[in-house]
Amino acid sequence: MNKIIQEIKKSVLSALWLMILTFPIMVIKVNSYEGVVLWRWKNLMWIGIGTFFLSWLWRFLLDRKENGPGESKPDADRDGKFSLRKALGERKVKIPTLAVLAILVLAFPFMVKFYQVGIMTSALMFVILGLGLNIVIGYGGLLHLGYAAFYAMGAYTYGLMYLYWGLPFWAALPLGAVSGAVFGIVIGVPVLRLRGDYLAIVTLAFGEISRLLLENMSGFTKGPEGIAQIPRPGFFVKLSLQGATTYLFYICIVLVLFAIFVIRRLEDSRIGRALEAMKEDDIAAQSMGIDLAKTKLITFALGAVWAGMVGVVLAAKTTYINPGSFTLMESVMILVAVVLGGTGSIPGVILGAFLVTLIPEYFRALADYRMLMFGVALVVMSIFRPQGIIPRVRKRYLVGEDKS
Amino acid sequence: MKYFLQLVLAGLTKGSIYALIALGYTMVYGIIKLINFAHGEIYMIGAFTALIVGGALQITTGLSPLTILAISLAAAIFFSSGYGVTMEKIAYKPLRNAPRLTALISAIGMSLILQNYVLLAQTSDFLPFRSMIPNFPFLTPGKSLVTTTQLVILITTVVVMVILTLLIKFTRTGKAMRATSQDKVMAQLVGIDINKVITFTFAVGSATAAIGGVLIANHTGQINFYIGFLAGIKAFVAAVLGGIGSIPGAVLGSLVLGMTESFGAGYISSAYEDVFAFIILILILIFKPSGLLGRNEIEKV
Repeated sequence: MNKIIQEIKKSVLSALWLMILTFPIMVIKVNSYEGVVLWRWKNLMWIGIGTFFLSWLWRFLLDRKENGPGESKPDADRDGKFSLRKALGERKVKIPTLAVLAILVLAFPFMVKFYQVGIMTSALMFVILGLGLNIVIGYGGLLHLGYAAFYAMGAYTYGLMYLYWGLPFWAALPLGAVSGAVFGIVIGVPVLRLRGDYLAIVTLAFGEISRLLLENMSGFTKGPEGIAQIPRPGFFVKLSLQGATTYLFYICIVLVLFAIFVIRRLEDSRIGRALEAMKEDDIAAQSMGIDLAKTKLITFALGAVWAGMVGVVLAAKTTYINPGSFTLMESVMILVAVVLGGTGSIPGVILGAFLVTLIPEYFRALADYRMLMFGVALVVMSIFRPQGIIPRVRKRYLVGEDKS
Repeated sequence: MKYFLQLVLAGLTKGSIYALIALGYTMVYGIIKLINFAHGEIYMIGAFTALIVGGALQITTGLSPLTILAISLAAAIFFSSGYGVTMEKIAYKPLRNAPRLTALISAIGMSLILQNYVLLAQTSDFLPFRSMIPNFPFLTPGKSLVTTTQLVILITTVVVMVILTLLIKFTRTGKAMRATSQDKVMAQLVGIDINKVITFTFAVGSATAAIGGVLIANHTGQINFYIGFLAGIKAFVAAVLGGIGSIPGAVLGSLVLGMTESFGAGYISSAYEDVFAFIILILILIFKPSGLLGRNEIEKV
């Protein structure tokens, strides 16, 4: 009983404090043209009520995080319970599930409205971006805040090459990948010595510089007005808008599968192991004979390749690009997808990318609150679940035990 | 010559504002080794609070401009400090022992939250900010080199710096701050409540940012919810340039950055004004990551 009273007291205090704190910005609105002051007292009430309950929940979650969830012991309990992950790992379940999923995906453009195909294509593009950034953050442990620059690089590769030389989509796709990778290395070389938070800020700076250059070199890049009328890809013949969108949907599916394939191969390769070691402790990795400079450059290049390709797809999908599509917010959104889903986890990042793109799309009422929700997601995930919604499963190697 | 001097003054003014923001970065980094990504938003909130409070007072009461300025400045300082401290409690305190990147991601989230909070609660448009600083009679506009707001900004910055230096050098709290930044565990052992020190640091850093916000709003005449981002990044550049963690460094770095931007925009191209800051950041981190006045850190394995 005493405890409850104390909790109520704490919540009331938090609510009062936030009501004071948010008072000027939430309540008063000044219209200095007409000389009117708007007092929005209702907002204050909502802040108070909201904070009262949320602070309670917050303290409960923090307490749980620090002292553990109480009785349940994670490892001993989980063996007996049904585990989705375990079930999916079995051949008998895995193959039919994948088959059903494949049929659903292939039939998707014919089952839903045309408009939905476009949305799903954007979501898939985001999945690829997330997977690419995940190589840099999840495997290499390098926080990159200028990822949109690589994305822009791909888009402008197609845009400019079409503009000056009339290059078609299929020639631009590999070129976009290459230019992404090259740009990744170009940015990578100067920042080789940096790590952690400094690296994050410098990559952010590079991202902003790239955008400002695109905006200001109007003679070459058409500046802020962008490049318009980039053609959609054709399938031997010129496709209708509908046909081209469906086609791009399938292209994205193939790219997603390709990305997953490459990343899974990467995990077990020599480079993948080197990345892992570098992420854990770069000095120790170096003393084990890993060439840090080379590994870092490879990480950037491998991450940027995907952004380059998606950039080309974006240019083809929207037929119009301008520097405004590649702001810091874009980089942050990709980061949210990765952090929300689970850094380093492929299914996690896929889920994260879908959440980030589809929630604002299907809940239009929430669209205004999109960036606010992303911010909340970043803070809440960092505090309560830094490993993400679907955490990464690391391979375990058993030595001296039988592997039954 | 006049053009040159005007550029110098513009650079100094800019640099002073950056310095007021950079102090918060540098003090927070010195104590908890976190790049407080949301610090620029605190500055923006300071400017907004002053605009709202000042505007409301102007419309509803008949107080003199100077009184209104004083009240709105006080309000900006109070609320910005409040936001700073609350932000630390919510987003950073639970992560004190977490990896630094996790805390940085949380800070990025906090920055998004504060930006969009102001955007949703107020507006996304640029709001006009009527300057509340009365013109000094001895400075005739157009004739004198320096404008009134510039002079006020320069003087205020110097005063704030002097007070802050005295605070950190000679008071008990200042001593506790220095001890905490050197070694948190040892500081606790000698009886320093580091939670209090961290709260105090956030409060002071936010207060100086709020002063910067009010001054710049008076100077440029308009604000919106996004002004914090660029100012925050640039102040961070200034803090790194001077050597992050060092207070005189932050001031020196800010002045150098302000001058560079001013001359770059004046003599090279104003379209690339923002690029200069980023280029300086990249160059300094590549060639002298410890900054102009920073100490080299030796990393132990």
